[in-house]
Amino acid sequence: MIWDTVIGLEVHAQLNTKTKLFSNAPSLFGASPNSQANIIDAGFPGTLPVFNEAALHMALQFAIAIQAQINQLSYFERKNYVYPDLPKGYQISQFRRPLIHDGHITILDQENNPLRVEITHAHLEEDAGKLLHTQYETSVDLNRAGIPLLEIVTAPCLRSAADVVTYLKTLNQLLRFLNICDGNMQEGSFRCDVNLSLKRPGSETLGTRVELKNLNSYRFIEKAIGFEQKRQASLLEANQPVIQETRLFHEATNTTAAMRDKENVNDYRYFPDPDLLPIFIEEHVLQHLKAQMPELPLQIRERLQNQDEITHSEDLDYLLSSPALIRYYDACKQYTQAPSKLLLNWLKGPLTAALKDANQSFATLTITPEQFGSLLTHIENRSISDKVGKDILLQLFKTNQTVETLITHSGYQAQPIDFKALKTQLFAEFPKQIAQYQAGDQKILTFLMGQAMKLTHGQADPKDLHALLVEAFRVD
Amino acid sequence: MPHHLSLSALSKALHSKKISSVELCTHYLQRIREATSLNAFISIDEEQAMLSAKQADQRIQRGLATPLTGIPLAHKDNICTRVSRTTCGSKMLANFTAPYDATVVQRLAAEGCVMLGKTNLDEFAMGSSNETSFFGPVSNPWQLDSVPGGSSGGSAAAVAARLAPFTTGSDTGGSIRQPASLCGVTGLKPTYGLISRYGLVAYASSFDQIGLIAPSAEDIAFILPTIAGFDELDATSLSCKIPNYMETLNNPIRSLRIGLPECFFHPEVGEPIQNAVWDAISVLKDAGATFVKVNLEHYAHWISCYYALACAEASSNLTRYDGIRYGHRSNTQGASLRDWITHSRTEGFGPEVKRRILTGTYILSSERFNTHYLQAQKVRHLISLELQEILSYVDVLLGPTTPSLAFPIGAAAANPLICQLSDIFTVAANLAGLPAISVPIGFQKELPIGMQLMGSHLGEATLLQIAHAYQSITDWHSKIPAGYSSAQPGAKS
Repeated sequence: MIWDTVIGLEVHAQLNTKTKLFSNAPSLFGASPNSQANIIDAGFPGTLPVFNEAALHMALQFAIAIQAQINQLSYFERKNYVYPDLPKGYQISQFRRPLIHDGHITILDQENNPLRVEITHAHLEEDAGKLLHTQYETSVDLNRAGIPLLEIVTAPCLRSAADVVTYLKTLNQLLRFLNICDGNMQEGSFRCDVNLSLKRPGSETLGTRVELKNLNSYRFIEKAIGFEQKRQASLLEANQPVIQETRLFHEATNTTAAMRDKENVNDYRYFPDPDLLPIFIEEHVLQHLKAQMPELPLQIRERLQNQDEITHSEDLDYLLSSPALIRYYDACKQYTQAPSKLLLNWLKGPLTAALKDANQSFATLTITPEQFGSLLTHIENRSISDKVGKDILLQLFKTNQTVETLITHSGYQAQPIDFKALKTQLFAEFPKQIAQYQAGDQKILTFLMGQAMKLTHGQADPKDLHALLVEAFRVD
Repeated sequence: MPHHLSLSALSKALHSKKISSVELCTHYLQRIREATSLNAFISIDEEQAMLSAKQADQRIQRGLATPLTGIPLAHKDNICTRVSRTTCGSKMLANFTAPYDATVVQRLAAEGCVMLGKTNLDEFAMGSSNETSFFGPVSNPWQLDSVPGGSSGGSAAAVAARLAPFTTGSDTGGSIRQPASLCGVTGLKPTYGLISRYGLVAYASSFDQIGLIAPSAEDIAFILPTIAGFDELDATSLSCKIPNYMETLNNPIRSLRIGLPECFFHPEVGEPIQNAVWDAISVLKDAGATFVKVNLEHYAHWISCYYALACAEASSNLTRYDGIRYGHRSNTQGASLRDWITHSRTEGFGPEVKRRILTGTYILSSERFNTHYLQAQKVRHLISLELQEILSYVDVLLGPTTPSLAFPIGAAAANPLICQLSDIFTVAANLAGLPAISVPIGFQKELPIGMQLMGSHLGEATLLQIAHAYQSITDWHSKIPAGYSSAQPGAKS
């Protein structure tokens, strides 16, 4: 039997504010346990939360980017539940009146048709701490407690694992280009829960949904969806009900299993947090944020297509793979007249390879756009060969000297080649091979090129050399 | 004797070096020691107090003193201090020492005030008799087998017995004014947000407000500017200009209109109380104030509205006491973490706190949220609107602080409603976030009677002005219980 899959997603994105949502403790990932938590995060008696407006501004920029409605007046509520990683016994969240509602993100489905993913609402809340279990004891680490989260909830409008992953990648990219979340799934700064149900094809009625958790990579999300589709289908086909529950994905077996019952039934007793004032969005704040919006992935893509004539979607995806990369690309363009295609190829090829070797990324790259732009200008002018260009690139990792200085000092300057001498030398050493070529053996030219390169110590431009050799060996 | 002096007189004596802070603290610590049977204090840190007093004296010597430098005080034990534990009168926090000072504590310490100790209170400020304290009941200095009221019972008793020149308290439904009334001292609950709540252990956050207890309104006016004002650590604190309350204290009250809500004078209010209030009204009338009868239609809903919302907030505020990070941890672990937390809470909380947590949990449950919590919020809004409207044409509302006087220790156990009803006139100020003050206006036999004045938003200056006008004509506020007037308290005269 065929079933339609219906999926809605809840994404928790950690906002990269310098301090926490309700305290001035720093929020660095990977710091030693409880070093990023203060008495407010630890919920000490008598402490009070104070709202970090930087998180609000980030959330509003997201709202603007997804063309959402913004509730001018919203408020925080307490979500009450007891767990050792939740120091206050409640999480400060939003419930009845979230900050953001009714936005959308358009993605391309598997057939390359645009698919509008409805974002029913998005709200601010604080993250909980973490439990560290050892064989003998459980410890509480509150470093994560109080980090701002933007929970982004879609309508049940997705149909397949592939669309889910496309949406998540698009959302992840948007958050990174807005510079409000680093999008790192391994570190938990971008987390996703999946709500999935099956229904008869064409039916208007949704089936009973199951919530899937513990999905910290796109691959796990695909696996979990695949498993859950099969599990629910076989239940329905055996006329058994699907139970509404939360199921955890187990990566070792690629299966999902229900959480214990007690964890499933919770009355969160939401009520407005009396320690915090309602959030009122002033129109001028919104206007200011609108004016400060960074260029978004879709706009950049359009600009690259129209102005830089980069049309291959693979190239566009590459340039948009990180905000740091496109920033670097744009900056380099200011320092070189070399065509975009050449810049793209050098970024994608030699520089990316060199970064990988140096264990660096575009965000940490020390070679300035000015240096890299100038290098490309020399390559474009053919004043240095590609090979020399690559050598200089590697040197630029270790020095802040200009490309010109490196070219001069290292004797890389393409010397005018004493072609007469080269020709004499070639005829003296390789008469047989030259004769072969002249007799029509085109392949032997590669060998002769190699020898000529050797004799010029690699300083000749391959293209020039090729032309010169063809000319020299011509039989008139 | 210094404990007969007003705060401004004490300040002058300190600055003119007629008395040193060390002498003053020695005097009060001696009184506290001799009055331990009152059980007004949970912690006394003599060593720390003497150290602060010495520093205050040095500051005065160097000419760096402010008016408050060297003056001793005591804090209610639900206000966090680094130097003493902060127990909230609960077994749950019996050994809890806060790693920080509350904003009020810090502001008073910065002026050079000297903390003598921490005063007893009802557990987590829940109660009106100080009998729910894990550290035992407090005696009313006017009649030792009676309660001092609550929850700031220790703070009020300490001032009544002159064990401290002034104390801090917290008022969620009447917890400053009711014990001030029962102990014959002056107690101010300021406008919600005037004083930072940072460091006050929360009972019901939207009602809780720190205030002051002292013999007179003038004393309170002297201290208030130091602790009032915006605090970036409390989002609900108000950003407003703090007036110099001392300057307006002596303004004539001729032009003032005082509202008399009929409900404050219903027959269940004891006759001696009614008479004392009418006497006070005559005094103020003679001083030139105008009186108008007003009608508060929502009066009947005050108490139920207050309990519904305060318990709801309390149930959430007290969830953190699970014995995991601090506080009482049961020796009985049980089969799961859940069991362990249950044991810790069962052992750590007293019956009144449990009652309110359970009530609040029920009110916030998804089945009851709309019918109880939301409904109560709507009622609270109506109550606020009504009071605001009336206070737009009268300056203050006047009535008795409580419908009855201090009751015997133990009586509330037999009838818990005694306590709830003693808040019947005071909760309105908390529901509407308005300032209110209780002023002593006489006695029935040995027990003090108090009058409450409730003002408009940020109307503290007017409240203090009227209270001071009254206290300039009468001397009820300067009466000291027998046995506590002389240099050696406890030695019954």
